[in-house]
Amino acid sequence: MSELVLPKIDEATISKKEYIFKNLSKIINPENVLTHKDEIKPYETDALAAYTQTPLAVVMPENTSEVSNILKFCHKENVKVVPRGAGTGLSGGALPLNDAVLLSLGKFNKILEIDFENKCVVTQPGVTNLGITDAVKHKGFYYAPDPSSQLACSIGGNVAENSGGVHSLKYGTTTNNILGVEIVMMDGTICRVGGKTLDQEGYDLMGLICGSEGLLGVITEATVKILKNPQVVKAALIGFPTIEEGGNAASEIISSGIVPAGMEIMDKALIEATDNFSKAGYPRDAELLLIVELDGTVSEVDELLNQVSNICKKNNCSSLKLSKNEKERLSFWAGRKAAFPACGAMAPDYYCMDGSIPRGKLAEALLEIKNLSKKYNLPVANCFHAGDGNLHPLIMFDGSNKEELKRTEEFGAEILKTCVRLGGVITGEHGVGVEKRELMCEMFNDKDIQQQLDIKKSLDEKNLLNPGKVYPILRKCAEEGRVHVHRGEEKFPDLPRF
Amino acid sequence: MFTEVKKNSQIFQDSDKTYYPEDEVQVSNIVKELYDKNSPIELVGTNTKNFIGNKTQCAERLSLSKISGIVEYLPEELYIKVKGNTPLEIVEKELEKNNQELAFEIVDFGFIKDGKSSKGTVAGYLSCNFAGTRRFKVGSVRDHILGFRGVNGKGDIIKSGGTVVKNVTGYDLSKLITGAFGTLVAITEVTLKVLPKQKSCTTVVVYTEEKKLVNELFEKISSSSSDVSGAVFIPEEPKDEEYQYNKERVFKFNDLVSNKSFLAFRVEGDKVSINEKIKKLNQELELDKLSTTILDVHQSIPFWKKINSLELFNQTNNNLLRIVVPPSSSIKLIQNIENKFKYYIDWCGSLCWLEVPSTKNEKIKEIKKITQEIGGYLTIIKKSEKFDFEETVFTVNETRLLISEKIKKGFDPKRIFNPGKMYRGV
Repeated sequence: MSELVLPKIDEATISKKEYIFKNLSKIINPENVLTHKDEIKPYETDALAAYTQTPLAVVMPENTSEVSNILKFCHKENVKVVPRGAGTGLSGGALPLNDAVLLSLGKFNKILEIDFENKCVVTQPGVTNLGITDAVKHKGFYYAPDPSSQLACSIGGNVAENSGGVHSLKYGTTTNNILGVEIVMMDGTICRVGGKTLDQEGYDLMGLICGSEGLLGVITEATVKILKNPQVVKAALIGFPTIEEGGNAASEIISSGIVPAGMEIMDKALIEATDNFSKAGYPRDAELLLIVELDGTVSEVDELLNQVSNICKKNNCSSLKLSKNEKERLSFWAGRKAAFPACGAMAPDYYCMDGSIPRGKLAEALLEIKNLSKKYNLPVANCFHAGDGNLHPLIMFDGSNKEELKRTEEFGAEILKTCVRLGGVITGEHGVGVEKRELMCEMFNDKDIQQQLDIKKSLDEKNLLNPGKVYPILRKCAEEGRVHVHRGEEKFPDLPRF
Repeated sequence: MFTEVKKNSQIFQDSDKTYYPEDEVQVSNIVKELYDKNSPIELVGTNTKNFIGNKTQCAERLSLSKISGIVEYLPEELYIKVKGNTPLEIVEKELEKNNQELAFEIVDFGFIKDGKSSKGTVAGYLSCNFAGTRRFKVGSVRDHILGFRGVNGKGDIIKSGGTVVKNVTGYDLSKLITGAFGTLVAITEVTLKVLPKQKSCTTVVVYTEEKKLVNELFEKISSSSSDVSGAVFIPEEPKDEEYQYNKERVFKFNDLVSNKSFLAFRVEGDKVSINEKIKKLNQELELDKLSTTILDVHQSIPFWKKINSLELFNQTNNNLLRIVVPPSSSIKLIQNIENKFKYYIDWCGSLCWLEVPSTKNEKIKEIKKITQEIGGYLTIIKKSEKFDFEETVFTVNETRLLISEKIKKGFDPKRIFNPGKMYRGV
């Protein structure tokens, strides 16, 4: 990976570290202050495992008041703080700093209240995304945002990153599914925003915090909306002989007025890789595979499936299967969910990109990526949340070959720049973190970035909370790395992704 | 049309001390000059909702009304990009051509202001963030803003977001400017998420005066998987004749058999799925035990339009309050307030519109206290002319106020835009 530039280490902090440890141990139970190198080793990285940094110390507070006191102390002593949820983030948002206290919310792992009357759950931030659905499913409810890592990722991290999932087009991302948050500002101020009401009044602090990647406040509680399970869910698996025809069908589905619960696209390279890996029974002759999921009432879903089938036939699909039962629906998804391990089996390393583009530019983007693949002489497999325009190309390479690594990084940066050129953005759901920090200027000019930095400054005037993330340090479009998985050594290699 | 009294940045100012810039650069130039002079200004669009919020103490006004027009509309991408002050009617007409709509539904404040429809502009509407009936199903105005361009309080042209729904690149400033009442940015361009228009709709009316039952029905409706997209309770009280007459006049529908007290809910989709949903709701809500009628699509559409136009409070001279509480608490709220006020409950129990004729500050204060005790907030939408009030228009606590001041500073350090419109010091 390219060398990562991080904020300058504050020697004053390093020189008084014993004093800092002593005081932190007074604020919280000393057992929850980790300072020994063996104890803090597991916290050196998040799921962007290519970068590691040793934190000054790891603290694991158990309640909001402890978080507030830790932040108050660090604010007074000018000590940096890096918040961390489950550490499953893919862009290095929770990467520690040598002179920063790593604030782990791991002990905030309780659901505080399930309120079916008001259709919400009040939870601590360390509860997993799936943990919320698990707590309400006995009454037929669920929490809508479903990042593929939902088994392990925490709700606090979801809020910090504004996590999405495959159902974002119809059900929105985290920001559209939370009702309230409790946050602690860097100076220790505890602030509650929203609650069990729909909307909040005044500046939408919740909207600002959601997706702010831990730079503006530490999330200590969230109130999330729960939804009733749809009556019926069915899926269609459709193969196309060309990228253009498949891309056109996907666009036409949306423009015809259908809002699918999920719509995924895989290219030929990924169809073959996943079918080899998981024996999903995908049409191997297809250049492009489309999975469309629809939910609603029985007649609604049948009618929409009928419309989807007609659109696909009109666009010359080469195969079309509709799920007859739940087992078959899940089998349609089996290969898609194994996309990443399947690529891992094909090459020693792969990079995952995370750009978003307008849906209608899909074919153009895929063809461009195909050309770039030839230009850089590196194989690439593509999966795409076609419903919401989120593209995940996987570049396969051998990381032990330095020249190939450099080529991969250049290829990756060019893909993201292509996304911006086509009217999209550099990150759809993984966050900017340290990974895409220097690419921010592809989308924003100096004034745009300065506005964001001004907000940061007004809420954290000393720039102590998670510094060095999201905003370019170099203010140039450096070509930095993407998600780098080396021989399956990703932090959570078994988690389904994307 | 306007009398030119002086020039500032080559932009005409009329006799009412209002500037009319024609593009973003002109806005930026004016704001830069105001910034240098430390001179605050009131931002205005087409003045349809300027009565909401505190009065700003500004000698001059900056009208953004000329920054209007559709920039780009891509139906297949489900977005429309418009200049900030494009009238909502124009946006709605354009979307209609492609069977699309703004899913959050627009509350038409024109009726309470001067008795006729006047929806205002996109930027003005998002500055208030008041979503209509469908809020509990599809989200608020802020959930449908994908990106914007505008000018901050230093005169810098800035942008945030984009045109795609999945975007986590930098802070989500679109959320922050929505509901900010023009205190952060002069909005010059907005990208709105649009959705396919529902094919048809039907409304089921349940006649009941029993508040406990209303609460139960709201709860069951929001627990149903039948995607109910509107649920409102219109009570019988207050029983004064003039109001009853007005109610009869507003809700005059063939199949609305009594205007006394009823709960109405809306189901949308194609005809087959509507029937399917109503059948299921019949069982879930045990509707056969209750007195009900059905409003077909031709009655249903105007019915919800009247709800979203606040027609029951047409040209009111009293105080009109917008109270948002946890959905299960609205009946409790009403029971804690004297039964003599006109009100109705929308958003399946979460939103209460309440008209309070009191000229005394204490009454509003008391209602605000009750609202806050049950976890809600209150906004004074319209003030009685006779009412000399001290009570703040919005509900805010000290911590939020302090953070709001900081956010304001981040956009508009010299408090150029709409100072005091929301809170003192912001």
